[in-house]
Amino acid sequence: MKYIEEFQDPELARRLLDDIHATVTRPWALMEVCGGQTHTIIRHGIDQLLPEQVELIHGPGCPVCVTPLEVIDKALEIASRPEVIFCSFGDMLRVPGTGRDLFQVRSEGGDVRVVYSPLDALRIAQQNPAREVVFFGIGFETTAPPNAMTVHQAKKLGIPNFSLLVSHVRVPPAIEAIMTSPSCRVQAFLAAGHVCSVMGMGEYPELAARHRVPIVVTGFEPLDILEGVRRAVRQLERGEYTVDNAYARAVRPEGNPAALAMLEDVFEVTDRAWRGIGVIPASGWRLSARYRDYDAEHRFSVTDIATQEPAECRSGEVLQGLIKPHECEAFGTTCTPRNPLGATMVSSEGACAAYYLYRRLDLAPARTAPLEASPVV
Amino acid sequence: MGHGGGGALSAELVQHVFAPAFGGEVLAQLGDSAAVTLGGARLAFSTDSYVVRPLFFPGGSIGDLAVNGTVNDLAMSGARAAYLSCGFILEEGVEISVVARVAEALGKAARAAGVEVATGDTKVVEAGHGDGIYLNTAGIGLIPDGVDLRPQRVVPGDVVIVSGEIGLHGVAIMSVREGLGFEAEVESDCAPLGGLVQAMLAVTPDLHVLRDPTRGGLAAALNEIAAASGTGVVIQEGRVPVPEAVGNACAILGLDPFYVANEGKLVAFVPREHADAVLDAMRAHPLGRRATVIGEAVEAHPGLVVARTGLGGTRVVDLPIGEQLPRIC
Repeated sequence: MKYIEEFQDPELARRLLDDIHATVTRPWALMEVCGGQTHTIIRHGIDQLLPEQVELIHGPGCPVCVTPLEVIDKALEIASRPEVIFCSFGDMLRVPGTGRDLFQVRSEGGDVRVVYSPLDALRIAQQNPAREVVFFGIGFETTAPPNAMTVHQAKKLGIPNFSLLVSHVRVPPAIEAIMTSPSCRVQAFLAAGHVCSVMGMGEYPELAARHRVPIVVTGFEPLDILEGVRRAVRQLERGEYTVDNAYARAVRPEGNPAALAMLEDVFEVTDRAWRGIGVIPASGWRLSARYRDYDAEHRFSVTDIATQEPAECRSGEVLQGLIKPHECEAFGTTCTPRNPLGATMVSSEGACAAYYLYRRLDLAPARTAPLEASPVV
Repeated sequence: MGHGGGGALSAELVQHVFAPAFGGEVLAQLGDSAAVTLGGARLAFSTDSYVVRPLFFPGGSIGDLAVNGTVNDLAMSGARAAYLSCGFILEEGVEISVVARVAEALGKAARAAGVEVATGDTKVVEAGHGDGIYLNTAGIGLIPDGVDLRPQRVVPGDVVIVSGEIGLHGVAIMSVREGLGFEAEVESDCAPLGGLVQAMLAVTPDLHVLRDPTRGGLAAALNEIAAASGTGVVIQEGRVPVPEAVGNACAILGLDPFYVANEGKLVAFVPREHADAVLDAMRAHPLGRRATVIGEAVEAHPGLVVARTGLGGTRVVDLPIGEQLPRIC
């Protein structure tokens, strides 16, 4: 299998870049929705190779970054309970809640386990009938179907000690929120290909037409990004605003019917708060009434959560594309991957993390923090 | 846990806690092994502990690791490893047959590496206080005259060579870890590097520094050398040999192969005039057949490692914070 290398071919990349350079006549601002796309852009230096007129604005599509502080704090509270085995994907463990993170809970004796699939968490529940097993169900339309399927399975198999702490979010309402913001500069979107592989493209034509904005469904490898930019710029230059699928190898217009049916069965649409952005109407999912018994919030009745966001963290503006990560005063000084103020600095898809990890050379050297002693092993 | 991952947190612990508490000029060099003079002989002295899970994995076992890890630390000083100590910390309840299999593997690896296990120790801890078996090995070896390998000798213009394909050990371990649920066709590269190092030194004793990129992978090794030498390092991302199965596994899990552990590879900083000859010698050795020049030491951006990407961009290759974590999607 050569499915990675083929999409990083320097020769093909050069041709796409030449085409983009030849097409652009004026400045354009494109938003890549997904944090995975942001990392590909920064990691491979794609933004350095594009014409100056093409600005890439990094969007809110990092599931870890947008999970609200209140939900993180609820996770920390539940994970601290002695009867609980708390299961999560790895990249949630370093995300700061109010004062601590899941790694710290684990070092204090909490049973926090990294799993690679929600079904692993369900298996742990079967193997530990005397414990409560909670899976941290966060993410966009990509991770929602397997999490829904796991709850479906738990109910079908009658596994009573499994529950889901849900904070799922949906992309189209976020695009709507960005486009209706008075400070919006976005003129075209590179939509997240994996989201569309699940949901299809049905929600996008209306958005594109109403906001007169091209939406190009785009993959995650360097050539995918360049092709997405090329098609978006071509539409902008021609004054067009349609939905274009540049990720046809993975995305069918109708999406994945089995996944959609599972979502329909287990979840219902709800308003959802996005960390750093605020509540976006109809932008999330919660477990439907039929599955309420599997809702960890319901089961553990976690209340009295007092959250406190660090005042100097500007991750909300980064997530909305209003500033670049290094334009935040805390970037690289009081906020580093070692001591993050916000999730955008610590998530593997976070824009701040991408700039800190890959782009420090181009930024002021004084901004990189010295090593410091850690109080906890 | 991150403090044991070989990244920035490990470095902090050593710099801020252990080094000030222990003092001593030898320790201050912070090499993989210590170079000491005793009775007129130049010795390399090193110790390491092994807490790998599972105990047996594709391409090796904790016993192989315990020998090769310490032998390789000595080899990175240019030393021929001579004697090892071996400490077994056993968890109550571990089967004797498992201990015997590990001991057998350890003995076989020692014979293959040309070292003698000269002393040892056994302790048993209560059930629930260990992962079956933990091992510690220490080793000593002689450093040949004229050999002086340390990062302070690196100068701009030095050529950076990696001895072969990276990421095999880490991916082999991950492929059999509980819960991962995928089977990669990857075996650990666990191997003793003493012979390869001697083959390189036979060409020229004037190698500047060697490092085996274990925990923290190639990125951690290059960062440690850049930081300690005060030079910058530039690598060509496309020249670093990454096996297809490793690249695919890393892509699925959201990991970077540059940060994945190796147990049978080395990174060498070699004066430019000797680079071709050293490369030829490496390629003539079974453990260096895929040896490749991946970059050079530079005056620019001292202490930083920078990769030129396949597309022509640049990026910083940072020291990892702790363990890499698989991402959500």
